Amino acid sequence: MIRVEELTKTFGSVRAVDGISFEVRRGEILGLLGPNGAGKTTTLRMLTGFLAPSSGRIRVGDYTTAANPLEVKKITGYLPESAPLYPEMLVFDFLAFTADLRGIAPGERLRRIEEAAALCGIREVMHLPIAEISKGYKQRVGLAAVMLGDPEILVLDEPTSGLDPNQIVEIREIIRRIGKAKTVVFSTHILSEAEATCDRVVIIHRGKIAADSPTAELKEALGGKSRLALLLEGADAAAVEARLAGIPGVEGVAAAPSDEAGRVAVAIALAGGADPRAEIYRRIRGTDWTLLEFHLQRQSLEEVFRELTREG
Amino acid sequence: MRAAWTVCRRECSAYFASPIAYIVIVIFLLVVGWFFFSTLFLFNQASLRAFFRMLPIVFAFVVPAVTMRQFAEEFHTGSYEILFTLPLRLADIVLGKFLACTVFLAALLAPTLAYPLLVGALGDLDIGPVIGGYLGALLLGAAFAAVGLFASALTRSQIVAFLTGCAICFALCLVDQMAFFLPEAAARPLAHLAADLHFENIARGLVDTRDVLYFASLGFVALSATALVLHEKHA
Repeated sequence: MIRVEELTKTFGSVRAVDGISFEVRRGEILGLLGPNGAGKTTTLRMLTGFLAPSSGRIRVGDYTTAANPLEVKKITGYLPESAPLYPEMLVFDFLAFTADLRGIAPGERLRRIEEAAALCGIREVMHLPIAEISKGYKQRVGLAAVMLGDPEILVLDEPTSGLDPNQIVEIREIIRRIGKAKTVVFSTHILSEAEATCDRVVIIHRGKIAADSPTAELKEALGGKSRLALLLEGADAAAVEARLAGIPGVEGVAAAPSDEAGRVAVAIALAGGADPRAEIYRRIRGTDWTLLEFHLQRQSLEEVFRELTREG
Repeated sequence: MRAAWTVCRRECSAYFASPIAYIVIVIFLLVVGWFFFSTLFLFNQASLRAFFRMLPIVFAFVVPAVTMRQFAEEFHTGSYEILFTLPLRLADIVLGKFLACTVFLAALLAPTLAYPLLVGALGDLDIGPVIGGYLGALLLGAAFAAVGLFASALTRSQIVAFLTGCAICFALCLVDQMAFFLPEAAARPLAHLAADLHFENIARGLVDTRDVLYFASLGFVALSATALVLHEKHA
């Protein structure tokens, strides 16, 4: 559906986007992930034809943004970050305005507006000026306006930024609902969001692609290492390290006095795929230590992300 | 073209939803009212001459106040990003906004139609210069609106847009009077650029193609420059 080839954008001497290529398949939800300033917004702006690339090419369907900008805009709906809608307009008027510019026939307009409003749950604010509705509603009105044109592709820039946890869940829910029928590209710097919503994740760092893989595979592909965290009472750090070392599947044991007095916190690095939990437990049972905590930590997407995008 | 009309309709309703529009209308009517009624009461003359004579200067600061928000505000709030990624051409956006400004200026001028009615009731009204004057006022206003739009497209600050627009419009109004220190050969062609002279010609009731063409070209150049500036922003 979308094919980005060697896309580069320079502002003066700054390379905001530096030769990135990726592909978005029809019906896929793609998350564009990266720290602030990584080039996510610039990439999305080029996807939607708002900015012209310095070099490289973007194919959307059968068109390219350079040769057929109007055609691309017709099949793309774009919601910029923090939904900058006209504040003085009423919600309904804004939707009607968008419908007219999207070339929706006047006879069909009301029905389409009602559909979009129902999908995004904004029926109760239709009569209010946009300046007076909450950020969450604003974001949803923006989504409704995007959905009005029935675009094949939705491009959303940080659709959940600045929202409270309830609103975030609602927006994600709407995105997932929309994503069943459409191709969605959205950017975020929140990893759990990408994990919860996307089929595939592209991580951008300093204008380059740091990773590109299906969400499910991402963690495994990039290490997939897990850790065991233990908290022991009545133990000595050196003794713990000695006792737990050498178990098959254990790559390293680090024990240190915990913040709680008289207790020892232990971190055990596990080799990929191994599960030595039973053996570890048996070894501890053989001592007079008290086991207070014992749990498995999978490397989260957050950690993968931090590893990939760490400075220097 | 339909898209331009949609943009124009939105801009028109945006004008009347904001207090700035009403403030500009009130200030305009106060200022031109002063010119009209001072000749009426102080000099006992029922005449529109002072009103039309001052109009270019008054428009030089009123029209940029009308146009300053057009692009500057959109850049400032970011709504421009939505507008520009909707399926419409740059020309539609510029034309729609230009039409809305012109409609607003017509609404601004409409209350002053009371003056010719008053003059007609009190004395002799020469209808030719009145028609010419209002036609000229619309042409002048539209051309200045194009200039103001260009100024607005340059910046995200409405104040900067206003001051830039004022500077260009004032220069166009005063260029014939400022050119006196230049050699004759340079001053004469420069005087042709003077908006107030072309306006005065039309306001005398003489609708000459040269004067109409002047305003049309000024508008065209300014609108093209606006489109060019906007296009550059996406490059």
